[in-house]
Amino acid sequence: MGKSRDGRTPRVEPAAGNGILDRRLFLEGAFVAAAGAAGAAAGPARAEPLAVARWMSEPGAALSAYGQPSRFESKVVRSLPPPPNPATQGIGTARTPLQFLNGTITPNGLHFDRSHSGTPDIDPDQHRLLIHGLVKRPLVFTLDALARYPMQSRTSFIECAGNSGALYGAQAQPGNAQAIHGLLSCAEWTGVRLATLLDEAGVEPNAQWVVAEGADAAAMSRSVPLAKCMDDALVCLYQNGERVRPSNGYPIRLLLPGFEGNMNVKWLRRLKLTAEPVMAKDETSKYTILLADGKAWQFVFPMEVKSIITHPSPGLALHGPGFYEISGLAWSGKGRVRQVEVSADGGKSWAPAALQEPVLPKAVTRFRAPWQWDGAPAMLQSRATDDTGMVQPARAQFIAARGLRGFYHYNAIAGWRIDEKGEASNAYA
Amino acid sequence: MPMHDRGAAISALICAVLISTVPARAAETPHFGQPIAPDELTAWDISIGPDGAGLPPGHGTPKEGEAVYVAKCQACHGEKGRGRPNDVLVGGFGTIVSDRPAVRTVGSYWPYASTLFDYVRRAMPFNAPKSLTSDEVYAVSAYILHLNGLIGADDVLDAQSLPKIKMPNRDGFIPFPR
Repeated sequence: MGKSRDGRTPRVEPAAGNGILDRRLFLEGAFVAAAGAAGAAAGPARAEPLAVARWMSEPGAALSAYGQPSRFESKVVRSLPPPPNPATQGIGTARTPLQFLNGTITPNGLHFDRSHSGTPDIDPDQHRLLIHGLVKRPLVFTLDALARYPMQSRTSFIECAGNSGALYGAQAQPGNAQAIHGLLSCAEWTGVRLATLLDEAGVEPNAQWVVAEGADAAAMSRSVPLAKCMDDALVCLYQNGERVRPSNGYPIRLLLPGFEGNMNVKWLRRLKLTAEPVMAKDETSKYTILLADGKAWQFVFPMEVKSIITHPSPGLALHGPGFYEISGLAWSGKGRVRQVEVSADGGKSWAPAALQEPVLPKAVTRFRAPWQWDGAPAMLQSRATDDTGMVQPARAQFIAARGLRGFYHYNAIAGWRIDEKGEASNAYA
Repeated sequence: MPMHDRGAAISALICAVLISTVPARAAETPHFGQPIAPDELTAWDISIGPDGAGLPPGHGTPKEGEAVYVAKCQACHGEKGRGRPNDVLVGGFGTIVSDRPAVRTVGSYWPYASTLFDYVRRAMPFNAPKSLTSDEVYAVSAYILHLNGLIGADDVLDAQSLPKIKMPNRDGFIPFPR
């Protein structure tokens, strides 16, 4: 992008094929003129004459004790795929409507939920956290006791290991951002450093693992490396400022920033220090990545660098050629997002997107890129790089390395095909 | 000695006692956890290691387990563990090392028998978890292992025999390379 001859109006050069514009259009606040310069669409039709709305002619509703979204936003809810068995309703997922959200924080009522045996109704006064095993002093903590500890807040994504698993399918299946990628959410979590509690219990030298267990009906449990627990793990009491929601672990949830969602044990009741992993159901029969040769990767912890486009996406049709913002989310369980590139031509050409600050480690980052759609079919994709240098692989490269049976930890480049009517659909480039 | 001096002296004495008897970290962190004796937390310690550590007394056979299975498991897991509407528990042999869709069952995929006992005891049956006796958990675990051809119809499963079962896919797992 440069200045035109009069020195005022930016001159726009496409940054990549099929209408991707320079991200600095946003950063420099000049995109109105720029979009005009890029020239495609005619301007909007003339506005209707303005009238004073009814809600300015009468008093509004009374104050409410707990705020709710507008009644006009009733479609912005989690989706609940039908459970395999009506008798076991508590097994399943509630997926975040990523296509209807913006920014980076997931509202608490919309944070995804993966449960193995339903949401328990826990009385916090009766709940206890036990630390035992290879420790000098087994300890029991009440909620009141935990609430007296110094706390830390951190913004962290949680992504289910099975998120985007549909893209392991040989053929692209229909689905929107919520259905395919909606097992990803991001919140500000607040709690006590687990290292503090473990230090107080006195970790024995031969302890290497911590078996974390929930107080749900299935007593879901996972083995976590002790090093992670001593590094950045939090015993969380708060989610986005209020107490953790029941479907996300009330009254306490273990947060392991960047690690697969299942390990962030909800309804945390017990931490047992051991020398070896316990080989729980969810670290053997599930959450292992079966490769093409029949071997399976076990103990795959960080969710690796990934990005998805939320706007446009299926259900958010484009209304004729012209200017659009491509926007989405990028994250890495290993650190910060360094770069996100977008493509509108199926990966033939890429241009960097603008990253919205703050870019936090192990949190989602919102990216945005200006796009001038010419009305022809397009293939939108995003490709993230994290600060370890890891780049999202192309799907073909990812499948070549893992086969089609892995199910978990899908992080290859994803995208949406835009047809000439402006409808978006899941597609492989 | 005036009262306030005496108070200060007692405080100093208490501090000296505290400093000499509690760990150094006590000064740095709150220490609000309540100590508990190991024998008072056994009701909560339901973890069973792959070597069988934590297995309770008790025993059961496949024959005994069949009755438990039919009464409490079959509605979700199907006749003889064939699955549907919930997870298949039996068979799938030959599908793991293949290019076919993998049928991951207790027999074809699970690396340790201890996991079966642990999971049944903590989580099953779905509508009444933790309701089975130890004998029933041994028995129904034995039944599922027998359906997978891993133990005989009359074999007794207990804390000694269970960890000795070598599951077919024991060596099927490798560490993540990154």
